[in-house]
Amino acid sequence: MATFLLKRLGLMIFTLFILSLIVFFAGEVLPGDPGRAILGNLASQSAVQALDHQLGVDRPLITQYLGWIGGLLHGNLGESYTYQAAVEPFVRAALINSLKLAALAFVIVVPLGIIGGVIAALHAGRPVDRVISVTGLSLTTVPEFVSGIVLIVVFGVALKVLPVTAAAGAGASPGSQFKHLILPAIPLVFILFGYIARMARAGTIEALNSDYTRTAVLKGLPQATVIRRHVLRNSLLPTITVIATQTGYLIGGLVVVETLFNYQGIGNLIFKAAQAKDFPMLEAGILVIGVVYVLATLAADLLLIALNPRLRTEVGHD
Amino acid sequence: MTDFAADPLEPSGTALGPVSSVAVAVAARATPAPWRLLVRKLTFLAGAAILVFWIVCAVFGHAIAPYNPLAQQLLSANAAPSGAHWFGTDPLGRDVLSRVIVGARSILIIAPLATILGTILGTALGLAMGYFGGSFDLLSSRFVEAVLALPSFIVAFLFLVAVGPSTVTLIVIIGLVFTPLIARTVRAAVLAERHLDYLSAARLLGENPPRVMFAEILPNVMPAILVEFTVRLGYAVFTVATLSFLGFGVQPPTPDWGADIAADYANLTAGYWWQVLFPAFAIASLVVAVNLITDSIEQVLAS
Repeated sequence: MATFLLKRLGLMIFTLFILSLIVFFAGEVLPGDPGRAILGNLASQSAVQALDHQLGVDRPLITQYLGWIGGLLHGNLGESYTYQAAVEPFVRAALINSLKLAALAFVIVVPLGIIGGVIAALHAGRPVDRVISVTGLSLTTVPEFVSGIVLIVVFGVALKVLPVTAAAGAGASPGSQFKHLILPAIPLVFILFGYIARMARAGTIEALNSDYTRTAVLKGLPQATVIRRHVLRNSLLPTITVIATQTGYLIGGLVVVETLFNYQGIGNLIFKAAQAKDFPMLEAGILVIGVVYVLATLAADLLLIALNPRLRTEVGHD
Repeated sequence: MTDFAADPLEPSGTALGPVSSVAVAVAARATPAPWRLLVRKLTFLAGAAILVFWIVCAVFGHAIAPYNPLAQQLLSANAAPSGAHWFGTDPLGRDVLSRVIVGARSILIIAPLATILGTILGTALGLAMGYFGGSFDLLSSRFVEAVLALPSFIVAFLFLVAVGPSTVTLIVIIGLVFTPLIARTVRAAVLAERHLDYLSAARLLGENPPRVMFAEILPNVMPAILVEFTVRLGYAVFTVATLSFLGFGVQPPTPDWGADIAADYANLTAGYWWQVLFPAFAIASLVVAVNLITDSIEQVLAS
């Protein structure tokens, strides 16, 4: 197990290194001259050069990268072009908002997806299974802004039962905040439902066909007990991994959903920064998302080891 | 069947003919060709019908559309669906139905081209990784693993911001994001072939590595590549639609489903639902169609 953990940690660090290279290259090198970007087209060439020198972007790339990464490791995420202030407080506030939205989506989708997958597995090959599988597949493949639009039209415009923006306003009660977050959470639920249901279905079918399930049935346990104690315990392991790996899609979805519903989360922050070409803000947002994503993947691995004693010995020999 | 082989007068060459054709016929009756199984599947037929409909719109859109999708009629702006404008009009008085029909073109050009680019690059990389093995494979595998552990949508987004939106940029960036995913699949398929006799034979015949990879291995891993291609095509349609909505796809006034939704969704609160709901249904139908096809192909190949 120790080898496995070391491998995962090593991969995680390597991934973060690649992320930093990509963000540095795309954010700091590709866009061209930051002095020109800040001062505008009318500034004189000497003023631009002076600012470039002051910002340190006329140094060799390696020096710039080391300085940039050193700043990051000391918690210095840079200064926003738009706000002329440190980006860190903006990113922190946005991240907390996004976590609220993501948490609500997970709380809804995880039980729903597992129940859907298990019901489909228990009726494998029959109409109920086909309906759940095809519905799940279709919901998973429709972009969030498309399902979001349909939800806004139905619940916000036609029925007028839910607010169409996610921002509840400053100092809103938790109940009001929750009400504003329901509609934005549903497109994320749609995307994740299909994946989770599919994994839960496959895991359950495998567990149902196993010898230990047959033994449990033959020794006369009631069906509900067999499913709860023998099938579910084994079928949910792969589902946990898929839930963690879907975090990446969830984050991609946040950019869209938060833009559509005008919610002040990390996705909206990235989108606004992209429109304003505010690269320090954009880089900080993307780095934070990357770190959250990589940590979620690692957490899934650890959880999997904790839940499945067999992995503690088996993966060590991998 | 033994009659043929046992007949000493029959030259062995012709004897094998009828035997093998009988065997093929029997095998064909037991397991029909994959495409025959495919056209029996309702989900495949439904998906294919929708896809063909949108391809026709993409190719002949301007001829089918009742109005010029760019023609503005400011006096009939924001008109609700009616006999004259089945899907209503947008804030500039343009016909929404015509824009939906012609708007099929951009997504049906960008998504397949990006997928083809990613498949070509990924296949080349995957073949090389699987064939050469060793330290090259180890290094590339670690790199691919690390890249796959990143939120790819966000990375693509960053590059689009840095380079600026254009159709070519969109195709290249989505293609590059898909490359490691496809490489991983192809590599796994190559590893399964690596120790088979036909490869040893090819090597002993002195064929050079590119020839072994592309002329010997590639045809044998083609089914895996085809499945991966259709899966990626579904994701490409999803991604292109989303990036268009965020403003990184085809630029206005060219009709485009995602861009049209982005332009008009603020009018939803005024009740002009037709301006965004119809392009939204168009996107939904296209992605669902591609995924129904993919799902059917996977099921048929797995059975």
